[in-house]
Formats: sequence, structure tokens, C-alpha cells
Amino acid sequence: MGGLLTTHCSRLTKKMGLMTIRIALRALGRNKLRSFLTMLGIIIGVGAVIAMVAIGEGAKALVKAQIASLGTNVIVILPGSSVPGGVRTGFGGVRTLLDTDARAVMDEIPSVAFASPSLRSMQQVIVGNQNWATLVQGVSPEFQQIRDWQVEDGRFVTDGDLDSAAKVAVIGQTVADNLFGNEDPIDAVIRIRNIPFRVVGILQAKGQTGQGTDQDDTIMIPYTTMQKRVMRITWVQSIHVSVASAERMEEAQQQMTALLRQRHRIQTDQEDDFIIRNLSDIAQASSSTTQVMAILLGSIASISLLVGGIGIMNIMLVSVTERTREIGIRMAVGARSRDIMFQFIVEAMVMAAFGGALGILLGIGSSNLIHRFMEWPILVRPDIIGIALLVSGGVGIFFGFYPAQKAAHLDPIEALRYE
Amino acid sequence: MVQVDSLISIRNIEKVYHMGDIEVPALRGVNLDIHAGEFVAIMGASGSGKSTFMNILGCLDRPTRGNYFLEGQEVGSLSSDEWASIRNRKIGFVFQGFNLLSRTSALENVELPMMYNGLHGKDRRQHALESLALVSLGDRLHHMPNQLSGGQQQRVAVARALVNHPSLILADEPTGNLDSKTSAEIMELFQALNRREGLTIVLVTHEADVAAYAERQIHFRDGLITSDERK
Repeated sequence: MGGLLTTHCSRLTKKMGLMTIRIALRALGRNKLRSFLTMLGIIIGVGAVIAMVAIGEGAKALVKAQIASLGTNVIVILPGSSVPGGVRTGFGGVRTLLDTDARAVMDEIPSVAFASPSLRSMQQVIVGNQNWATLVQGVSPEFQQIRDWQVEDGRFVTDGDLDSAAKVAVIGQTVADNLFGNEDPIDAVIRIRNIPFRVVGILQAKGQTGQGTDQDDTIMIPYTTMQKRVMRITWVQSIHVSVASAERMEEAQQQMTALLRQRHRIQTDQEDDFIIRNLSDIAQASSSTTQVMAILLGSIASISLLVGGIGIMNIMLVSVTERTREIGIRMAVGARSRDIMFQFIVEAMVMAAFGGALGILLGIGSSNLIHRFMEWPILVRPDIIGIALLVSGGVGIFFGFYPAQKAAHLDPIEALRYE
Repeated sequence: MVQVDSLISIRNIEKVYHMGDIEVPALRGVNLDIHAGEFVAIMGASGSGKSTFMNILGCLDRPTRGNYFLEGQEVGSLSSDEWASIRNRKIGFVFQGFNLLSRTSALENVELPMMYNGLHGKDRRQHALESLALVSLGDRLHHMPNQLSGGQQQRVAVARALVNHPSLILADEPTGNLDSKTSAEIMELFQALNRREGLTIVLVTHEADVAAYAERQIHFRDGLITSDERK
């Protein structure tokens, strides 16, 4: 019995709700210009937020992609600075970081998936009558996995190349384009510091980093060749490490510190002679920047919605006064206070939600225009659209509440007499 | 005692308004019984208390003291939501100024009371059409109030008052805004509804020729009933 009554009531309320929305739409339709101007606050607010968030998210997605292109879960070990005679060198001032450290890190630390020594040097590269200055990197075969960098043609550096310090090179897209044009670079000979190298592979294009550096403007050779023939040094400039999973980053970092301190025979009271850099720290720094941006956008959004909401409240108060007689009539024919309240709140909510919907269209439209004409990356997130709609509806309810309450508490006798 | 067969039983109703510190008595102990099917005219000068009495009868205003029984139920002390429900189901109002919703068709105006009692769609339309037929306005369904003459507007208002089959029609100066010919038409409509449909009608007026249509005339003066005559 009770259940039956409840279902009946809920069905009734649902129908009532639909009808009230229809009545609200009609009431708003009677004052089209006024309703539109009132909604404009919400439209502009929501539109601006959608567009700004789309631009912000686009930028964030771009940065994310760039960071991901550096490899996931990557840690870089750099030599520390030394203080010879009170003059501090920069990073790399000490020469204690060796290729054997890289081997040990990979073999002895279970959370480490790959490790590769890395040496880098800018060199003028010559092919026939062409020449090009580019970054030459000495790496091990593991570097490919760490950076997640496929070869487009040919092969990468192999362990055999390392053992024999082979004069082979894997070249990036930019280098291939500039030195070879349309010719096939495979098996061609390039000269680095006058040493002939055979091109054995071409790397896939990877694009620019967040700082605008062209990652494809590079040549990779075995690090042993780099040490012995190009740079003539025995140490390495850095070790790139990739950790098995993001959760084990902390663990891997601690174990690497312990292992390297032991290998470098550093006493407990001495400082590390190496520095461990976590690329996800950089990612975090960039995400905290975007967070500040998000907070900024959020406050602009709340202010514009607040202003829009006040506009709605203002117009609803005018509307309640104008329609005092209508309210009186409705009460006389049996509307309860809550029916009147509901009617006006729905009206405010419909106005705000409608404004929100138009604002979403405006926001999507303007972000597409920005994308087309300014070529900024944009990303319209569907959840933001949902939130915008909900929030603007909520603004309607919040700012419609007081006028609706005022309407609901009118005295029917007074209201009927109102001229 | 309450008479069981009375539609309305008013017992010692008093109403006092407060104007600042001054108490202004509007009704000073009114007793009245109205039976189902009666056509009653309430007359009196302005300030006689007849409007206050109408508001109390219409469950729009609370008596300061006394009891109001409608169909045997004491309604003076009910909550405002319960009043809304009584106004919806048991009372139909007709006002001097018609009080139709503007820019709303005749049919929708008549449907309005059914918005608040859960009648839907076809039933609602059906009742509204029947009601408009009773007042001979079946051909003006989709006209807006401003496209109708005063007499036609008042007919729409009567149709709206009838639509929920109330036990009581309260008409407050229903001919006040109409010329004499249209007034006569509206009064004949009330008379016909009273005789044919057995509707109980309570009419407030200060015009003797309008009151003459009623079977019973009650005069108010200074918050008291001074005469109660049946034809």
C-alpha cells in the first residue's frame, strides 16, 4: 500500500516536473530578449571557461606527450660537482661515473629494467660535399628501450658494436634529411671528426621536446666508440636508467644511491659524487604549473558564474513582482507554497542550464576557432562539459532560491489584489 | 451545534486586523449555515466585513476566533497546504477582475486548477472541455484572454471554477467589471448552474439587481449579519 502510494507519487512528481519545465520555458519565451540577456552572463562565463580549459588541457596534453617521448619512468644519473681548490665545477666535474656503473645498476638492482651510459658531444658531420652540426650521442643498445625509440630502417647499436667499438652510426630523421635528402642513407659513410662511420639505421621521428629542441637532430653511436675514438675519455657523462614501473621509482632511486656510494667507496660522512635526476619530477613540476593555471581558470569561472547567478536572481525577483497576480491566481486555484517555489526554481534553473548549454556551444566553437587560426593545441574534455552544465544548473537553483521563496510566501489575498 | 446537513457552518467567527497598535474588528461573531444547492448573495457596504467573510469562506484567511465547518470538517485551523488542497478540490473562485493568466489560452486557463491535483493529459483536457461547454465557450478554446470580451473572460473564469467539480462557488463581485447586459448574462449563467447542476453559489455584491438572482440574501453591516432573507 505504502509502496503503491510512493510509486504513484513519484510518477506524479515526474510528470509535474516535466510540466513545470514546459511552463518555465513558456514563461521565459514570453520575455525572450530579457531571458537571453540574463542568460548572457552564464553563457559568457561558461563559454570562456570551456575555451580556456580546452586551451589549458591542450597545452597539458602536449607537455605530457613531450615528457612521455623522453621515456617513461626514466631516471638519469649525472656525475656530481667537485670542489677542486674551492672552485666548484658544474655537474660532470668529477670523472668517477663509469660504464661499469651502468652495468652494475642494471644487473644488481631488480627494479631497474634497463640502463645505458650516455656521452654527448656536438660535432660537425660530413657526407660528401654536405656537412651538418649535430648532437652525437654514445649509447648502449638498452638506450633504445629506455627512450622507447624505434628504428625506421636498418638496426640500432648492438652489443657486438660495443665490444668492437665499431664505427657505426644510427642517424635521426633531421640528420638524414639534411645530409642525404632523398638518397638512402643506409650503408653510406659519414665522417665525424674525420673518422668514417657506416650508417646502419635511421631512427623514427620523435619531434621536439618541451623546450623546442629537435630530438631528431642527433646521431647515435656505440658509447665505447664515443669514448675511445671521438671524445677520448674513460668516464661517462650520464647514465640513463628505466625503472620497471612508476611505483618502484622511489625504491630504485634509493638502491642506486646505495649501490653507487658503495662502488665509489664514499664514506658515510661524505656527499655523493653523483646526482640522481628523476624525469617524473620534471613532469610533476610542469603539472603543478598547470594546476596553478587550473586554479586560476577555476576562479575566473566561479566569478563569472557568480555574476551570471546574480543576474538571474535579479531578473527572478523582478519576475516574481511582475507576476504577483499570477501567483495569487495559482494559489487561489490550489497551488501550495512548494508548487510555487518549485515553479520559480525550475524557471531559474532552466534559464541557467540553458545559458550553460549555449555557453558550452560558444566555448567549443571559440576553441575550435582558436585552434584553426592560432594553431594552438586544444582539448575539449567531455567531463568539463558535464560539470559546466551541472554547475550552471546549480547556480540557477542557488540564485533562484530566494526569489522563489519570496514568491511562495506571498499572501494569496494580497497577491490577487496586486495591480 | 453544527448542523450535519449544512455545507457550510460558521460559528461565532471573529476577525480582528492589527493596524499597528490599533485593533480593527472586521467580523464580530458571525453565525451562518449554508446548505448544499443554495444560491446566496452577500451584500453590504464596503467595510461591512463581507470581503473578509469571503476570504475566510474561501480558505484564504484565518478567523481570529470561531469555527468554520466545511462539509462537517473544521477547516479554520488547517495548515496552508491543506487549505490549498481544499481550494483546489472544494472551492471554485470567480473574481471581479476575471483573474485569468494572460497570454494563456482559454483552455489552458481552465486546465490550471488540475495542474495541482495530479490530473493529466487526456483527463485534464476532457474535464476542461466539458467545463467550457457548460459555459457555452466550446468554440473559443484557443483564444487568449485579450482576444475575448469581458463577458467571455468571465465565462472562462467560471469554467475554471467549475472544472474540479467543487462543492462551493465563491463569486466576488463577478459583474463588477461588466456592462449591464453582460452582467445579466453572467448572472443567468450562475442561476442556470445553480438550478441545473445543483451548484452551491455564494456571491458577494453591492448591487441589488445582481443580488436579486439569488434565492437568499444576507446583509452585512459593521462585521455582523443584519438580515438573512429567503425569497
